[in-house]
Amino acid sequence: MKKLIIALAATAAALGGLSSGAQAQEKTKVCFVYVGTKTDGGWTQAHDIGRQELQKAFADKIETPYLESVPEGPDAERAIERMARSGCAMIFTTSFGFMDATVKVAEKFPKVKFEHATGFKAGPNLATYNSRFYEGRYIQGQIAAKMSKKGVAGYIASFPIPEVVMGINAFELGAKSVNPNFKLKVVWANTWFDPGKEADAAKALIDQGVDILTQHTDTTAPMQVAAERGIMAFGQASDMIAAGPKTQLTAIVDTWGAYYIKRTKALLDGTWKSEQIWDGLKDGILTMAPYTNMPDDVKAMAEETEAKIKSGELHPFTGPINKQDGSPWLKAGEKADDGTLLGMNFYVEGVDDKLPK
Amino acid sequence: MRIELEKRASASSLFQIVSPLLALALTLLFGALMFWMLGKNPGHALYAFFIEPLLEVWSLHELAIKAAPLILIAVGLSVCYRSNNWNIGAEGQFTIGAIVGSILPVLVPQWHSPMVLPLMLIMGAIGGALFAAIPALLKTRFNTNEILVSLMLVYIAQLFLDWLVRGPWRDPKGFNFPQTISFAKEAVLPELLESGRAHWAIVFALVAAVGVWFMMRYMLKGFEVTVLGRSERAGRFAGFSSRRMVWFSMMLSGAFAGLAGISEVSGSINHLQPSISPGYGFTAIIVAFLGRLNPLGIIVSGFILALTYLGGEAAQLSIGVSDKVTRVFQGLLLFFVLSCDTLILYRIRIIFGSDRAAAEGRS
Amino acid sequence: MIEAILLTIITAATPLVIAAIGELVTERAGVLNLGVEGMMIMGAVCAFAGSYLTGSPLLGVLCGIMGGALFSLLFGFLTLTLVTNQVATGLALTILGLGLSGQIGESFVGIPGVKLQPIVFPVLSDIPFVGPLLFKQDITFYLSIALIIGVNWFLFKSRTGLKMRAIGDNHGSAHALGINVIRTRYLAVMFGGACAGLAGAQLSLVYTPQWVENMSAGRGWIALALVVFASWRPWRVFAGGYIFGAVGILQLHAQAFGIGVPSQFLSMLPYAVTIVVLIIISHNRRTTLINTPASLGKPFVPDR
Repeated sequence: MKKLIIALAATAAALGGLSSGAQAQEKTKVCFVYVGTKTDGGWTQAHDIGRQELQKAFADKIETPYLESVPEGPDAERAIERMARSGCAMIFTTSFGFMDATVKVAEKFPKVKFEHATGFKAGPNLATYNSRFYEGRYIQGQIAAKMSKKGVAGYIASFPIPEVVMGINAFELGAKSVNPNFKLKVVWANTWFDPGKEADAAKALIDQGVDILTQHTDTTAPMQVAAERGIMAFGQASDMIAAGPKTQLTAIVDTWGAYYIKRTKALLDGTWKSEQIWDGLKDGILTMAPYTNMPDDVKAMAEETEAKIKSGELHPFTGPINKQDGSPWLKAGEKADDGTLLGMNFYVEGVDDKLPK
Repeated sequence: MRIELEKRASASSLFQIVSPLLALALTLLFGALMFWMLGKNPGHALYAFFIEPLLEVWSLHELAIKAAPLILIAVGLSVCYRSNNWNIGAEGQFTIGAIVGSILPVLVPQWHSPMVLPLMLIMGAIGGALFAAIPALLKTRFNTNEILVSLMLVYIAQLFLDWLVRGPWRDPKGFNFPQTISFAKEAVLPELLESGRAHWAIVFALVAAVGVWFMMRYMLKGFEVTVLGRSERAGRFAGFSSRRMVWFSMMLSGAFAGLAGISEVSGSINHLQPSISPGYGFTAIIVAFLGRLNPLGIIVSGFILALTYLGGEAAQLSIGVSDKVTRVFQGLLLFFVLSCDTLILYRIRIIFGSDRAAAEGRS
Repeated sequence: MIEAILLTIITAATPLVIAAIGELVTERAGVLNLGVEGMMIMGAVCAFAGSYLTGSPLLGVLCGIMGGALFSLLFGFLTLTLVTNQVATGLALTILGLGLSGQIGESFVGIPGVKLQPIVFPVLSDIPFVGPLLFKQDITFYLSIALIIGVNWFLFKSRTGLKMRAIGDNHGSAHALGINVIRTRYLAVMFGGACAGLAGAQLSLVYTPQWVENMSAGRGWIALALVVFASWRPWRVFAGGYIFGAVGILQLHAQAFGIGVPSQFLSMLPYAVTIVVLIIISHNRRTTLINTPASLGKPFVPDR
């Protein structure tokens, strides 16, 4: 009986593997695990565009299978393990919530390379990567301060994690470098993805008197509301100009493709090393969408700031900076270290909100 | 042409076996058609869906992990539904069970004792039961509909968990990321076998299913559940209290959901985080009905549903269909299984011609 | 500012009210359809597709309604003709709807939608405060009001409505009286589907004129809860939808205003308030019992 089952299983396996087996041998598999669907218009879509660029760059040298809508938790561990077992040479897990699952699977499959986005746990075959989104936020803040008539901007935030808090602070610091009295109102939507709720949050902020919007949630709904109400806004994760041709000032565009190509090249060359990478504007892991709908002098200022950040001349978190309550954080000329930034859980002066603790 | 049903004198034992097979055949047929239309090799796709996840040992372990919470929750729900209490908030009870069960490993991590794990499981079950007691209390006291209350409490429970892991329970060394400290070894539900990840949750689920099956079949309590579910009046004449039944069934299902929650967190995730369940509490409702509210049937339906999730992943990877296609396929499968079940209780006639002709033909 | 807030609340409450009033009719006929979320998202994608392909948002609304109604027919066929379990079938419908809508809508992602334009009543819309709120809205808002009034009249004033309630209360007796239970229920299910579809159309054409997957984000479930909340009475659906919508919007304002309560607790408010209000109104056991359709969710097969 047992033999029969094994024989049947083997036949079935052979039948099933028929078409993929033959040609797949030559190609290296670089795999992706997504937390959302690849057409979510935001975070996951940006990663998927990066994957497509990667596929194009290496054409028929590699294959790039992916899994969508993988829930964070035990499902993630199974999904990653399935990929490791299916012959992936390198696996990108693209959500913070996949961290522990990635760590566990990485320990089990020492020969497979793992890359986890936005986390902080690394291993011999597990690298982490992240993008210095805050550099873009700082530029946005400067533009906001120039463009706002009322001196108040609204920030639609998702969840109080360090990355979001860091973004809020960078925006406020950028704005204050232009207008020291600039205020920032924050609304927590408690979701990454709910167009209706994001639109409601946008309306609430506008009704409370802000005349510039920026968002750290995924859909273009806030941009649409801004367009309808005739105020300016910034896009998030992808270029949202289509949703607000007369509204978008610029957008932080996640361009993961550059990074994926770099790492895949290292893998194929055999030079891949586990690193904790935190790339910024200069590395091309994020780019600014064209500066639109603003006067030339504002545009020139934004471009100058961007160039200064790229060259390393300007670090957005450079003292003197006070915390929200007025107590000093950084002395004049002092730069924030990456550790503090990555675990940021306090506001800087000028943010008009109480940080949920 | 129209379709008419005729009730059988008694449930057909033939169709009890044939109906699932027919459902499978129809699903395969329609599934093949769908994959063919999407330009995929149907044989390959169906193989990935139904066979591939069953071929490897590690994958069988994963099947058990996925099925365990579904079965455990659904078994509890079956008692609720049989007694006519509509608890649809198992997801919330699952969440609160996970939170209450995690009190020890999160707040007193320095306490190392073999007592930790059993206490966690008990606390998880109690947490779930108490959370389910809220709709029970409101129903018996204020006559408040339990469907609404239990559903609304799901959102409240999830937001509460969110607040905990981003606030007071956050791991101080975790760069302020939203999760608690990892559980110590003695707070982790051990694995069953060397060969994979499956842990004790599946055993709890099977024991619960058999236990409830025994209760429903051989114990007075089971009879009470059935009678009160059929007719509250009849139950009262038999001396049963529908009020007590509300408490019993809600708290039992809450306890099972809570146990499932803490088992999942302790056995699979090893810490608390904002999302701990991909909707187990809701999927379990389907599992319960797919299993015809019979605990033994629920074991089967729990595994089948778990298989469609694993198969969906396998199909995404090996033939590159999107997760949407796998969800459509899952929906199709459920529809066919549900419709074919009709054959057990009814004969189906397809009648050609007008209503009148059919009526005359019969008389 | 109050006017602006009220406008936001109307937009947030309208889809809830519309979907809930449809489900209310379905349930009054004795059918429990838990697939509202699935029908709503199907309505949303059909409406967006219709509006995009024809260039007319109004035709889009029509497509949404038809999409929801057709999709509900699937549920009707299974539960009414094949007497499958209503709870399980409804949940399966939601799974199918979420998948199918994503598949259909794949090519529409990222395309900015055209917003449904408001219908402006001359003169009336110039009344300060009231005018912009009540007389300068898009058609879905007017439909939501018409639906409440219409359904209320239909259920309690019309003969057909009486028959339908009779079916919901006791399908056996209704059948014995010669009422065609199955046909009426089919119509009630499709009405529910059409309303859910209209609600979906409001989402993808008014609330946020775009298509993204899962954009209903659980609003179908809230609509279901509202029917129970309303103890199956139309005007309470209206009240419930607006209470829920208002609390949700006001908590955002409370945040923007800068009160120091964790946002999670503020986000809990709509759910908690709904429970508390229900406790208060369901205190009177008799009125609740009178309004609950007694054969809700129970299978019916005519014996001949």
